[in-house]
Amino acid sequence: MADYELIVVGGGPAGLAAAIAAWDAGLHRVMIIERDREVGGILNQCIHNGFGLHVFGEELTGPEYAARFVEALNKTGIEVLCDAMVLEITQDKAVCVVSREQGYQVVKANSIILAMGCRERTRGAIGTPGTRPAGVFTAGAAQRYVNIEGMMPGKRIVILGSGDIGLIMARRMTLEGAKVLACVELLPYSGGLNRNIVQCLEDFNIPLYLSHTILEIHGENRVTGVTIAQVDDNRKPIPGTESHIECDTVLLSVGLIPENELTRSAGIPIDPRTNGPMVYENRETMIPGIFACGNVLQVHDLVDYVTKESQTAGRAAADYILRPCNQRGSILELQNGTGIGYTVPQRIRLSHISEKAEIFFRVRAPMGNSRIVVTSGDDLIASYKRERMAPGEMEVIRIPKGLLKKAKDSLTVSIQEVSQ
Amino acid sequence: MYDVIIIGCGVIGAAAAYTLSKTNCSVLVLEAENDVASGTTKANSAILHAGFDPKPGTLMARLNVRGVTLAKEICSELDVPCCQCGSLVVATSDSEMDVLEELLKQGIQNGVPGLEILTGEKLRHKEPNISKNVIAALWAPTAAIVSPWEYALAMAECSVMNGAVLKRDKRVVGITRRDDYWEIHTKEESFCGHFVINAAGIASETIHNMVATSTFHITPTRGQYYILDKNEGSRVSSVVFPCPTKEGKGVLVAPTVHGNCIVGPSAESVQGDDTSNTSLGLISVAEAARRIVPDVNLRASIRNFAGVRANSDRGDFIIEFAAPGFLDLAGIKSPGLSAAAAIGELAVKMLGEQGLDVENNSHFVSHRHRVRFKNLTTEEKNALIQENPQYGRVICRCETITEGEILDCLHTSIPPVSVDGVKRRCNAGMGRCQGGFCGPRILEILSRELGVSPTQILQEHDGSNIILEMTKQEDC
Repeated sequence: MADYELIVVGGGPAGLAAAIAAWDAGLHRVMIIERDREVGGILNQCIHNGFGLHVFGEELTGPEYAARFVEALNKTGIEVLCDAMVLEITQDKAVCVVSREQGYQVVKANSIILAMGCRERTRGAIGTPGTRPAGVFTAGAAQRYVNIEGMMPGKRIVILGSGDIGLIMARRMTLEGAKVLACVELLPYSGGLNRNIVQCLEDFNIPLYLSHTILEIHGENRVTGVTIAQVDDNRKPIPGTESHIECDTVLLSVGLIPENELTRSAGIPIDPRTNGPMVYENRETMIPGIFACGNVLQVHDLVDYVTKESQTAGRAAADYILRPCNQRGSILELQNGTGIGYTVPQRIRLSHISEKAEIFFRVRAPMGNSRIVVTSGDDLIASYKRERMAPGEMEVIRIPKGLLKKAKDSLTVSIQEVSQ
Repeated sequence: MYDVIIIGCGVIGAAAAYTLSKTNCSVLVLEAENDVASGTTKANSAILHAGFDPKPGTLMARLNVRGVTLAKEICSELDVPCCQCGSLVVATSDSEMDVLEELLKQGIQNGVPGLEILTGEKLRHKEPNISKNVIAALWAPTAAIVSPWEYALAMAECSVMNGAVLKRDKRVVGITRRDDYWEIHTKEESFCGHFVINAAGIASETIHNMVATSTFHITPTRGQYYILDKNEGSRVSSVVFPCPTKEGKGVLVAPTVHGNCIVGPSAESVQGDDTSNTSLGLISVAEAARRIVPDVNLRASIRNFAGVRANSDRGDFIIEFAAPGFLDLAGIKSPGLSAAAAIGELAVKMLGEQGLDVENNSHFVSHRHRVRFKNLTTEEKNALIQENPQYGRVICRCETITEGEILDCLHTSIPPVSVDGVKRRCNAGMGRCQGGFCGPRILEILSRELGVSPTQILQEHDGSNIILEMTKQEDC
């Protein structure tokens, strides 16, 4: 017999919601493994509000949102192993974990949920030229310094990238007394949520330079300034548009990468579009009994969506053990048509759909009035209207099972812009 | 009064100190920066070259081959990561084939063992990802990859454990000749020694000119690099070079001992120690690398860096007395890392010929051990955690480095004083997230262990403070 029915790797918002949902669905030997000293993940350092509108119908701070789940967790018998690092996962569901208290153990499970979250892209990944002084931080690392450690990593700040964490940190650093001089975005639009652009930049008169980049970082030991310039349609700097900003700090908010090293080493297939594992409709990976949810699967905009996705994965893990579905039905492979960056899930088993299949996706570029078209071969399966879409905002469509039955082998999702 | 004062603790100064600590001499090593291996030593290709490049008869040729043999012994004794993966110089045209033949001939004259020109299946089997345009390659089985800063650090640590004195943050500002000794001045204090070794790297010309008329000129030459994620770590299994040109060995693609892939360097003359990366430099490196390994994925870059090497106008290494008892080890560009141990050996021999007593130190201990948690067996891991639970807490998750290993390096004979110093000693923060996750934790550990405020913790050099102030002052 395995040691646990379910092991959840990661005790952030995804892992917590998944474990609790699995418990509620009937599993009773469940363990969460968390590498930090407490559960809650990145929510613990997100002290701003705006979390929970979809799940709780009210605005909570990150720690408050996490606390709701910790309270629920405490009413279950789920075991939590904190300050512990998973070093390896195998396809036969052995989890190798190391911790101060228990040393190095190999724990066996009937099912696993991967909920490791994501990490930030760094300067090395984007190759920003210049010297390599202190004072260049990812936005999340700076957030940890300010909100958890009570330390100010800088006073005069330029932010590269306009992802949500960068926008949040523009406001946070301003409130702590720093001067945020500019937010510089390579693309002609921001990748962050519109509400964050308004509340974190515009309300504080922080200029957002779209189609701009940092050409060079200056400073021998500590950052002393940056050269910025405008870029053309091919994202190449336009000569003559350079300007210099004196600053002591550069914050990077240039994208998040799902943290799938454990997934890869377990041989679980990865979708190069999401950098997360390929999953079925219930968030089961291509290895039966191993599931994935939250930012390890796809980078979400809102924690509320992480919660909902993770509850799906938690319930699915319980079903896998308690109510295995042995029906063999057709499997639809999702394909990315025009304008689509990725979809989750990547595969749908009709036998696992009760009413509707939810498909999450992102568009490649901002779109005005458009139609989302779902086809299978030459057959139109469904179509949906949107007034606007942007890469920074995840989209979802829900296709009734009845319509899906018309599809054969594959489903293609594409975008068609509708002229006014 | 010291018998020998060494100026500079890069790999050359460290090798000289290491060799001297095998004698009964008293040795002082002065380092201008706050850590050893801070200049060229920490920013190069990390290769122990087989030794076919230098012209036969040069110091470079002689010391390269001998140096690599010694380096492998030292790395094994001092627990330094080093892996003999071999190297290939690839040719894509008939004229480059001629160069390979020339290198092969040179290599044989230099005493490089095992050289062989590979073609066809044998070559593709060895290195399947090299360009289809490659028609043949010179295989050198003795070439190796090494952790260059750990190699220098290990030799420096070993010499300190054997009695050498290392003083950091001591930039030499002047030198005076006294009756039969030298007085070396730093900003705060002066030190006296009978013999002096100038191993100041880029600054070796400046140091030389303090005691003698100018006899060489150093042109700092910058090389820019990419370090790629471990998922690119097996793109090549040996060091892959293009055919060398007048400018040098060219842009290589190689595995690193840490499991990554290194791509570089460029070759640009710069002023002083300008180690900045430039967009043009990085593009030129990328293009050159793709010519020999077309699929190398530079989008998997986790870090760019640049180093400057001390190119002199003399071509060969400069290993000679600038004045009585004052030995220059200057112009040590590639294959300097490969030759370092042999340069140290030669330097001590030359000092002996000028009267230094180089009798063997019978108490010399050449041993160093580092716990590398992730390489241990399950039983060893458990035994270690039981003994000290700090080894059960992983701080750097990308490289699986535990708190125990970080504390270990803080208690070595040359403890780090910065976050990057910790990185060079135990690899924490050198992984794919580049310290994004473990940076704040290492800062906390350093602050706690050194007993100083977090605002005093440095990234690297003096003035590279990471935290500017606390958000809440005590008295608020």
